[in-house]
Amino acid sequence: MISLNRVTRIFESRDGDRITALEDVSLSIRDNEFVTLVGPSGCGKSTLLRIVAGLILPTAGTASIGGAAITEPRSETGIVFQAPTLLPWASVMDNVLFPLRMMHRMDSASTDKAAALLKLVGLSGFESKSPRELSGGMQQRVAICRALVHEPDILLMDEPFGALDALTREEMTMELLRIWGERPKTVLFVTHSITEAVVLADRVVVMSPRPGRIAEIIEVATPRPRSFDNEANPAFHEATHRIRQLIFGQRHVGPGRAAA
Amino acid sequence: MSVQAAPPLEKPRKRPSAALYEVVVPLLATAGGFLVWEAICRAFGVPAYLVPAPSEILKDTLAIGPTVMGHTLATLKTVLLGFVVSIAISLPLAVLLTASPAIASALYPFLVWTQSIPKVALAPILVVVLGSNELPRVVITVLVAFFPLVISSATGLMSVPPELIELSRACRASKWSELWRIRLPYAIPFIFAGLKVAISLAVVGAVVAEFVNADAGLGFLIVTSTAFFKVPVAFGALIILSIMGVVLFQLVVIAERVFFPWSTGNAMAAS
Repeated sequence: MISLNRVTRIFESRDGDRITALEDVSLSIRDNEFVTLVGPSGCGKSTLLRIVAGLILPTAGTASIGGAAITEPRSETGIVFQAPTLLPWASVMDNVLFPLRMMHRMDSASTDKAAALLKLVGLSGFESKSPRELSGGMQQRVAICRALVHEPDILLMDEPFGALDALTREEMTMELLRIWGERPKTVLFVTHSITEAVVLADRVVVMSPRPGRIAEIIEVATPRPRSFDNEANPAFHEATHRIRQLIFGQRHVGPGRAAA
Repeated sequence: MSVQAAPPLEKPRKRPSAALYEVVVPLLATAGGFLVWEAICRAFGVPAYLVPAPSEILKDTLAIGPTVMGHTLATLKTVLLGFVVSIAISLPLAVLLTASPAIASALYPFLVWTQSIPKVALAPILVVVLGSNELPRVVITVLVAFFPLVISSATGLMSVPPELIELSRACRASKWSELWRIRLPYAIPFIFAGLKVAISLAVVGAVVAEFVNADAGLGFLIVTSTAFFKVPVAFGALIILSIMGVVLFQLVVIAERVFFPWSTGNAMAAS
C-alpha cells in the first residue's frame, strides 16, 4: 500500500549547508502491516514519516500510497506525535473531534464515533474534562483517538510514547496492539526503543544515520498476540540482538580511538 | 485494562482565604500609607501648595465634585476609545507580521519608528494636523498603547507547537481555519499579557494628549489647577487617574479569568 522508491531528502540549512536526511530509501509496506522504524537520532526516521504523511516532499525518488504519488497531506492518514499537543482550551471530546472539524466532516454520528474511541482507550466519562486534568498517558490516549476519529487507513506515529515513563509506556504499547487488533490499519511507528519496536512490529526497519539509510529490515517471527513477556522467546531475542548489532555494532572502534 | 488515576486537581490550600490577601491586605496597606502621609503633613505643617494632606485633597476635590466627575468621564472616554482602537489595529497587524517574513521585514521599521518618536513632542503637531478635538487625543493614546500589544500578540501567534501546525496541515485545513482554530486561541494568554500593558499605557497616553490639547479631562484639570496653585485638586486628579488605571487593569484580568479560564494558570504547560 505504502511504497517508497529510492527516496532521498536533502535539507538546506540557512547558511547553505546541505544535509542529507534520507538517502536512497526504498521500502514497501503492505495493507494492515505494522512496521516500526528504529535507529539512532539523526537517522531520518521522522523525515521518512513526514514524507509518508505528505508534510514534506522527497528531493528525489517517489513516495506513493496505493499507487498514487504523495504530493500533499492525505485525509485518510492519522498522525500521533511525541507530545500529545492537545488544545488546552478544548474538552477531551472536542480535541478528539478536532480533525473532523478542520476537515469539515462533522455529522450527527461524529460524537458517537469519538465516544466509542474514548471507550476503546478506557477514557469513558472523561469527555468533558479539560486536557490539563489528565495525566501524560491519558493525554496521549486522547491524541491517539484524535488520530483515529476520521477512520484513516494509515496511522503514523512519531515516538508517541517517548515522553511517557517506562511503566506507562509498556502499558500504552500493549494498548496500541489491542487497538490495532480491533481496528486493523497500516501502522508506521517511529521509536527509539528496540524492545518496543520488536513487540509491536511485523517488520522492524533499522536505520543508520548520516546520511539516513535503511540498514536492514528484520521480520519479527514472534507469534501474536504478543506481550513484553515474549522477551524470553528465542525469535524475540534473536530480533532484538540483531537490531542491537546493527545499531551499536558499527560504533565499535579499536582501542585508543574515539568512537565515531 | 487499567487507567491511571487522574492527578488530583490542585485545590487552593486552606489558607486564611484568598480574599484576605487579594483585597483586605492591599486596602489596609493603602489606608495605612494615606494615614502616614496625613500625619507627616500635620506634624511638620507642610503647606498645602507644596504637598497637601489627604484630607485637604479630599475636601477640595469633593468641593468641585461634579466638575471632577465630568473630567474623569472625559479621560475615561479617551482611554477606552484609544484602547479599543489599539486592539482593532494590533491584532490584524500581529496576524500580518506573522503571516510572512517579507511582510514582517517591511512593517517592523515603521513599528519601531512610531515607538522611537517621543509622543509628547508629537502631540502638538498632531493637534495642528488633525484639529483640536477628540481625534488627536485618541491617536496619541493609540500610539502610546498599541506597540506592546502587537509584539505580544505576534509572539503568541508564533508560539503554537509545530506539531499542531503539522496536524492542521495533515487535516488539510485552510490558512484561515489554522489561524482561527489554532493560532489565535493559542495566542490568547499572550494577547492578554499585551492587553494588560496596553490598558495601563492608554491612561498615560490619554493624559499626555490632554496636557497638550484639551478643554476637559483629568490631564487638563491637573494643568489648569496647578496654574492657579490649586495643588490639592491636582493631587485629587492624580489619585483618580491611578485608581482608574488599577480598575481598568483589573477589569482586563477579570475578563481573562471569566472568558478564557484555561488561559490563566498552567494551561500552556499542560499541552
